[in-house]
Amino acid sequence: MARWARYVSAMPSASSRLPDRFENWFAGRGWAPRAHQLEMVEAAKAGEHALLIAPTGGGKTLGGFLPSLIDLEALSGQKQRPHRLHTLYISPLKALSVDVARNLTAPVEEMGLDLRIETRTGDTSQSKRQRQRAHPPDILLTTPEQLSLFCATANAAVFFADLKRIIIDEAHALAPQKRGDLLSLALATLSVWAPSAQRVGLSATVADEQGLARWLAPQTHEDQFARIVRGDTGARPEVEILDPSERIPWAGHSGQHAMAEIYHRLKAARMCLVFVNTRAQAEMVFQALWTMNEDNLPIALHHGSLSPEQRRKVEAAMAKGSIKAVVCTSTLDLGIDWGDVDLVIQLGAPKGSSRLIQRLGRANHRLDATSRALLVPTNRFEHLECAAARDAVADNVLDGDPLQAGALDVLAQHVMGRGCGEAFDPETLFDEVRSAAPYACLEREAFDRVVEFTATGGYALNSYERFRRLVKTREGGYRARNPQIAQRHRLNVGTIVEAPMLDVVISSRGRGGHRLGQVEEWFVEQLVPGDTFLFAGQVLRFEGLEEMSARVTRTRDAEPKIPSYQGGKFPYSTYLAKQVRAMVQNPNAWAGLPDQVQDWLQLQSEKSRLPQADGLLVETFPRAAKYYLVCYPFEGRLAHQTLGMLITRRLERMRMRPMGFVANEYTLAVWGLKDMSGLDFDALFAEDMMGDDLDSWLAESDLMKRTFRNCAVIAGLIERRFPGQEKTGRQVTFSTDLIYNVLREHEPDHVLLQSAWADAAAGLLDIRRLGQALSRIAGKIVHQPLSRISPLAVPVMLEVGKEPVYGEAQESILEDASDALVAEAYGEISA
Amino acid sequence: MDRYVFSFTLVGTPALADADGVLVLPDHQTLIVSDLHFEKGSAFARSGQMLPPYDTRTTLRRLGEAIEAHRPDRVIALGDSFHDMWADERMDERDRAALKTLVGGIDHWVWIEGNHDPQPPEDLGGEILFEFKLGGLVFRHEPLEGVAPGEIAGHLHPCAKVRGRGRSVRRRCFATDGTRLIMPAFGAYTGGLNIRDDAFSACFGRTPDALVMGRDAVHVIAAKQCVPDRPRLRA
Repeated sequence: MARWARYVSAMPSASSRLPDRFENWFAGRGWAPRAHQLEMVEAAKAGEHALLIAPTGGGKTLGGFLPSLIDLEALSGQKQRPHRLHTLYISPLKALSVDVARNLTAPVEEMGLDLRIETRTGDTSQSKRQRQRAHPPDILLTTPEQLSLFCATANAAVFFADLKRIIIDEAHALAPQKRGDLLSLALATLSVWAPSAQRVGLSATVADEQGLARWLAPQTHEDQFARIVRGDTGARPEVEILDPSERIPWAGHSGQHAMAEIYHRLKAARMCLVFVNTRAQAEMVFQALWTMNEDNLPIALHHGSLSPEQRRKVEAAMAKGSIKAVVCTSTLDLGIDWGDVDLVIQLGAPKGSSRLIQRLGRANHRLDATSRALLVPTNRFEHLECAAARDAVADNVLDGDPLQAGALDVLAQHVMGRGCGEAFDPETLFDEVRSAAPYACLEREAFDRVVEFTATGGYALNSYERFRRLVKTREGGYRARNPQIAQRHRLNVGTIVEAPMLDVVISSRGRGGHRLGQVEEWFVEQLVPGDTFLFAGQVLRFEGLEEMSARVTRTRDAEPKIPSYQGGKFPYSTYLAKQVRAMVQNPNAWAGLPDQVQDWLQLQSEKSRLPQADGLLVETFPRAAKYYLVCYPFEGRLAHQTLGMLITRRLERMRMRPMGFVANEYTLAVWGLKDMSGLDFDALFAEDMMGDDLDSWLAESDLMKRTFRNCAVIAGLIERRFPGQEKTGRQVTFSTDLIYNVLREHEPDHVLLQSAWADAAAGLLDIRRLGQALSRIAGKIVHQPLSRISPLAVPVMLEVGKEPVYGEAQESILEDASDALVAEAYGEISA
Repeated sequence: MDRYVFSFTLVGTPALADADGVLVLPDHQTLIVSDLHFEKGSAFARSGQMLPPYDTRTTLRRLGEAIEAHRPDRVIALGDSFHDMWADERMDERDRAALKTLVGGIDHWVWIEGNHDPQPPEDLGGEILFEFKLGGLVFRHEPLEGVAPGEIAGHLHPCAKVRGRGRSVRRRCFATDGTRLIMPAFGAYTGGLNIRDDAFSACFGRTPDALVMGRDAVHVIAAKQCVPDRPRLRA
């Protein structure tokens, strides 16, 4: 109840366009429907697809369901009516489906509507699934993956035949992902089975409204758009940047210097969310806050690696208001508003204005109240990024890349799925696929290659004809060869390829114990029994592995020996990057920055020079018997890493003997044994490095192999690993590396390599962004030779030694380990 | 192209371990290669996983290069040359022809029988044997448990894992203690077994030392430097 009250605040009654039962229900609570909710009813009456864009707390969910409830009310009087599926609700989060189901039940019961509302997620039992197939509910709440599973079963068309509405929650979060591609294909299939079903998208405010409206609507030969309905925007958040009394660190992300201030602020708040960027950071901040928690404030931790039970506990405490602060990662970005949060703290770089606005929206879920936010930069460069983000919030500038064309590996999965129910006709399926917005421009040739890939692997050698996974029916359709192949496909549905994870199980001694959460297998593999690390807010001692779990015990050590594993390190947005570049070059824009940061920039202009927004500053200087090259593209860590790889290859060819490089969000530093100040920098940074150099690096890049593995799993070339299977994740990775090498050697244009390449360009290698940067700076490189390190170079130089050094690392590890004495004992090495 | 090799002696016989995964006995003009696993890719395809069908081709190319570099009079394929009994019929005609040419160019080609290929195809040329002896050395597919001086075997696909600089590297290797040797698997799709596995100590009485196949060198890494894949719970 309380939740709906927050969704619908009292407003003067606008009109009486709703049926009596609804008018009475609103009136009975002293409420009135909001304008956008009425507009949603209107759009539904007009038979239009609609995209409702409103900030959290704007009554979005009710706006989405109201037309369905009105429709169903008309039916609900009838005795013995057959229940048919009327509305399908799809959300990215399982928990959100469950939550919405619960919150929908209240008004439905209060209005006395005779409806059946059910959820279907990965946790739903087999018997309930079967019952739902036989006796569908009126409203089914589910996830994109469950819908794709439906698409891959027989008789699904009948199940959906009477479907009237499809509501897609958090559409802005789904659309840019591969999950969005898969959902969009499943929606296209639904449109064939239930041609009159209306689509409804619910979205937070987004930069590319038209793109999302197009994503939602079924496409024809011309672009189609859903009707955009806007909710109230609500009050602007008040954003403050912490100007600490302590010294602001040059580098690092601990935020240690600001912890006392953060503690002070959250103590004064009713309830506070402390957002951080990585799980490692969450663990560290949580630990730091507890060390100073003299008041014994209830402070909790929430991130994706903790066990679901642990997370549910924290969420319940938030809902009850029995908690003071939660240190969290993106796990609390979306969906449910758990409690009465009145302060949001963002520790570390905000990374993007849309992301920041979403996080700020977690405070004060009432539109009339201003939400308060505190940004806490953890180092000097982050002060610039935070200032840019604060301005963006004030001007309500949203960022985010435009939606991309759909991924081919996802299409392959969908095509296989469509062959697992009834047979499909390629002609008809091609039209169906093109009605999904991400695939509207798909060429027939590409589609045919994907179908062939699905059926036989699609290799030029054409040797797998007799092992086809999809066989031709007498009518010319395609169908899975046998039920086993179809079943195996269903086990592999979905686009989320997780790094192999291991349970972390704590016990005092030997057997038993309980699960704290999960960590990446690769992290555990670095540990030796006896090592200590930080997890779930405590220092744990690693005892060893048992089956699929890492056994740990508590320890009294205050300091973990092994630094925490890193979480996602996605780069800051191109929009913020542009703003930061503009700010750095212009002393007039520094006014809002702390004195320490202003002094630092001032010093840079005296000792070296300021990087210019449309060019690239390159500094060279000697230090401790090595020579350094430091440049400032401000393009994010991933693009800088790729740049570092390519530059060191070039330097090697120029016989400059480079030894390594380190990159952060703003800077790249390369070092070697020879003075680089005499180089032709226009040549060194020339765009043609994106050709052969890139190509030869990709042949051995670990990041590329990881990207390929994900594509191979999604496309169904490699099967997912399930608990209890004896293969370890390491072995799966190993074998996809072998496949990558062989495929690259013999068929570099294969559809799967094409797909991996497209992913790498936008993902881990950020090649697209690097390409844009290189063309931006071409001909505008400014070289500043120095006798010593510059002020702006200090942060990245401090990371040398802390960050992994790239380059010849793998071979070097082998060289380090090789034993001259043993070699001597056996013989000798010669070339 | 430079060949990166490690020269040593195995029970008195000079040997070269090549970074590409073949062993050469210069005194006998003999090249040894193990676990080629031809047509492993198509074996997966048969069960519905359409792995790229080019593993045989890649394996053949690399083997051809190694033979070209060392020009041996004798080649011993140490078993599991074919992934299964039907590998021969699945093999692409061109690959088959290339293999035949390769075998035909060698004076004495020996196919040792493996558990995957107890009956290697007969029409490719070469001699099919269960075991082969040469000087003080004996060649068989599966290594014997216990002491076996002079034995050169395959079957186990040894891999060594080494940790350093905050990361780890896992590579194929030759496993040896100076008295006997287990060959790395050569096939393009073959995985590996960590030399810390019990299967190796059953043969060597301890974890063997590793001659690790690096990108452009053979690294000699002592057993104590090699770590298991997964740190096990102490019993």
